[in-house]
Amino acid sequence: MTTPDTVTPETASRASRRTLLKGAGAAVLLGFHLPSKGALAQPASAPGVPPPVPEVNAWVVIHPDDRVVLRMARTEMGQGTRTGLAQLIAEELQCDWSRVSTEYVTPGQSLARNRAWGAFLTAGSQGIRQSQEYVRRGGAAARMMLVQAAADRWGVPAGECAAKDSVITHGPTGRRLRYGEVAAEAARLAPPADVPLKDPRSWTIAGQPLARIDTADKTTGKQVYGADLRMAGMLVAVPRRCPVFGGRVKSFDAAAVTGMPGVKHVLQVGDSCVAVVADTFWRAKTALDALPVEWDVGESGRVSSATVAAMLDEGLTAKEAFVGNESGDARAAIAGAARKVEATYSYPFLNHAPMEPMNATVLWTPARCDVWCPTQNGEAALAAAAGAAGLPQTACDVHRVDLGGGFGRRTVHDWLEDAVRIARQVPGLPVKTMWTREEDMVQGRYHPVTKCRLTAGLDEKGDITGLHMRISGQSILSTAFPGGLQNGRDPVQFQGLNPGGAEGAIGYTFPNLLVDHAMRNTHVPAHFWRGVNHNQNAIYLECFLDEVAHATGQDPLALRRKLMANHPKHLAVLNAVAERIGWGSPPPPGVHRGLAQQMGFGSYVAAAAEVSVSDAGQLRIHRIVAATDPGHAANPRQIEMQVEGSFVYGLSAMLYQEITLKDGAVEQTNFDSYNVLRMDEMPKVETIVMPSGGFWGGVGEPTIMVAAPAVLNALFAATGKRIRDMPLKHHDLRRA
Amino acid sequence: MARLNINGKTVEVDAEPDTPLLWAIRDHVGLTGTKYGCGVAQCGACTVHLDGQAIRACSLPVSAVAEDQKIVTIEGLSPDGNHPVQVAWRALDVPQCGFCQSGMIMAAAALLAEKPRPTDDEINEAMTNICRCGTFNRVRAGIHQAAAATAGTTG
Repeated sequence: MTTPDTVTPETASRASRRTLLKGAGAAVLLGFHLPSKGALAQPASAPGVPPPVPEVNAWVVIHPDDRVVLRMARTEMGQGTRTGLAQLIAEELQCDWSRVSTEYVTPGQSLARNRAWGAFLTAGSQGIRQSQEYVRRGGAAARMMLVQAAADRWGVPAGECAAKDSVITHGPTGRRLRYGEVAAEAARLAPPADVPLKDPRSWTIAGQPLARIDTADKTTGKQVYGADLRMAGMLVAVPRRCPVFGGRVKSFDAAAVTGMPGVKHVLQVGDSCVAVVADTFWRAKTALDALPVEWDVGESGRVSSATVAAMLDEGLTAKEAFVGNESGDARAAIAGAARKVEATYSYPFLNHAPMEPMNATVLWTPARCDVWCPTQNGEAALAAAAGAAGLPQTACDVHRVDLGGGFGRRTVHDWLEDAVRIARQVPGLPVKTMWTREEDMVQGRYHPVTKCRLTAGLDEKGDITGLHMRISGQSILSTAFPGGLQNGRDPVQFQGLNPGGAEGAIGYTFPNLLVDHAMRNTHVPAHFWRGVNHNQNAIYLECFLDEVAHATGQDPLALRRKLMANHPKHLAVLNAVAERIGWGSPPPPGVHRGLAQQMGFGSYVAAAAEVSVSDAGQLRIHRIVAATDPGHAANPRQIEMQVEGSFVYGLSAMLYQEITLKDGAVEQTNFDSYNVLRMDEMPKVETIVMPSGGFWGGVGEPTIMVAAPAVLNALFAATGKRIRDMPLKHHDLRRA
Repeated sequence: MARLNINGKTVEVDAEPDTPLLWAIRDHVGLTGTKYGCGVAQCGACTVHLDGQAIRACSLPVSAVAEDQKIVTIEGLSPDGNHPVQVAWRALDVPQCGFCQSGMIMAAAALLAEKPRPTDDEINEAMTNICRCGTFNRVRAGIHQAAAATAGTTG
């Protein structure tokens, strides 16, 4: 990777060429995802240039001194994927863990090698679970080739040799060779056709609670994020888009600011954006703030949160709706029920607000475009960059840096396209485009806004005979990925409510059930936000079941258990948290409990919360117990961190966060109007990791699903108040 | 032009007087460990020490900093990265994405300099930094561990 202060435009393109050469410096590659051998012949070393590193295969590089470099296609943004994937490869490679480091491959390298590294997408809690099999096979194949190379040198059968800690031992004679001694020979061998994997029960590196391999630089300021990139001659651009989505630039008065300190260029960027390019961020921002701009906001300038709410209200009873889950005849069961319970919930737009605002550094020339940026999807970033650069992807590349948070925002590359459009107007110089926090807040890609009306029909005993969940609101795929719609229906809307499947199946069996969605889209672009539609779907269903339990005098856990007989994995995590929190035994004085469970991103999670509410209405969350069954656990310590972090993300939204609209524009501009849970509000978190084997679920998001509903149910137990619209800051929490 | 004492060195900074100290440190001096997260003294990612006190550098103009005031950034916290807070942070794997952690560490180090064995309430009061990854419980544990380690070495 390039480092700050050392990169000039010339060395930048040299560096990128060198990385490309390094990536293509393959001798032998595995069969999967990989092109033929001939395309990857070892390039000759130029004088003075070190020879290409010994690549055993696409995933594994072993240096003569036994340093092991594992290649990464997925992105590290704090979720621990780098360490988890490295553990999985190293487990099969049987290398010395203390000598392991990692490097990112670029999407350009992958493109040149027929997608040798598979998908780059790091979202949907799938960084590990969607790639674990082929990265493990990469490690295993490399080990087999290293063992074969040693066996060949000794003239013995490979079956007599074993590998451990980067050393190959010939059993009968005790002879030993280090990986670094045979890596070059191994690289010339044909990759094995049959690559068996270890039984996870025999793992010694994977599955262990190892420390992260990338922590040290984050404690000294050495870690370089996109915002920190520095290159010789680099300029800094600060952009501002039309505050109303879909609006355009009408005019701006560049002359008013061109003489200000450090200002180099005042630019229009596409139809809807202006930018000031200066020698420093502060000078660019100062000039941008002084730049007179007139916007044509268009029709959307009349939209407000009230008009959106009215549109959603209409959808709650609309005739037409997309069906997500239907069994029996819920409407008839409800119509004929002895008793009905009904409630309407709502959930607002939310901004991702990663700590590092959007940024990208771009060097554009008529012949080539190189980008350095934090992205959750290198391949999509490359496509976006090439499109905005007016160049083929083969003339572009994206050099990734670790992310200062992603949460879904960095899976979409509107900010990168604008950065390339800016750099294209400053050819030959690297331009770092940096958003202000304010721009990041008002130009987000937001968690969608929805409402939900739930109606349950009950029999005389209080058992549910029919349930109808009508969701009304914005579809993510309609803006993020229209190609994913199914005859207009957005399947992502029903996360956690699906009749089955490995991703997000409902954990209850109702005699009659209807879950449907009246799609009501706004001009505000919706996008995947950590936890996605589970965030509200879990609140809607888990809080409503709690309502039914209280309305019928049933224990919330007992009511759930009656409905969960056919869902043993959902039930197992729920039982685990109920047992740990002491459900059924009296809580400490003044403390009240709530429960929730949900399946999402392939994992089963549940939470139990203990809260108290003061006479003044001050909520305190004392303790949360969370259980996760992700099938397999690549690193239980990292899972604990993801569980703790998920509560912060989910509870921040529940307590404080909403994006509101006025005159078509977002009203919140910074953390003072879009607050976040802080240290003094953080509950104790007890994490139960209970992998049951046989499947691979994610861990970065699932716990968010249950964070808010568990607390909201406890809050009801404490106050008798059922909060049905977020955030809590709008509600008086004093006891009813 | 401002003269600033950063990490023990006096540097000349060619910045307008209203330039926040954060941007003088990052763009003019080139020390990028101190982060921009909000620009309005909310998130604390820009926390540095000014004469030993934790301050939010995004909201302090360079014109308000005197030449003899000592500014310490994350790069200058310890010569070898082994301040007790940094050691504890590594031992407990506190950072996730890490973007807020320079500020967290500087805030924690300033707290411990003032209160060597802080209570949980004192930690809550001093540590108002935002972390979107949600590392708070490990930050708290890290502060207690650093406090215990320091007490151990000083008797």
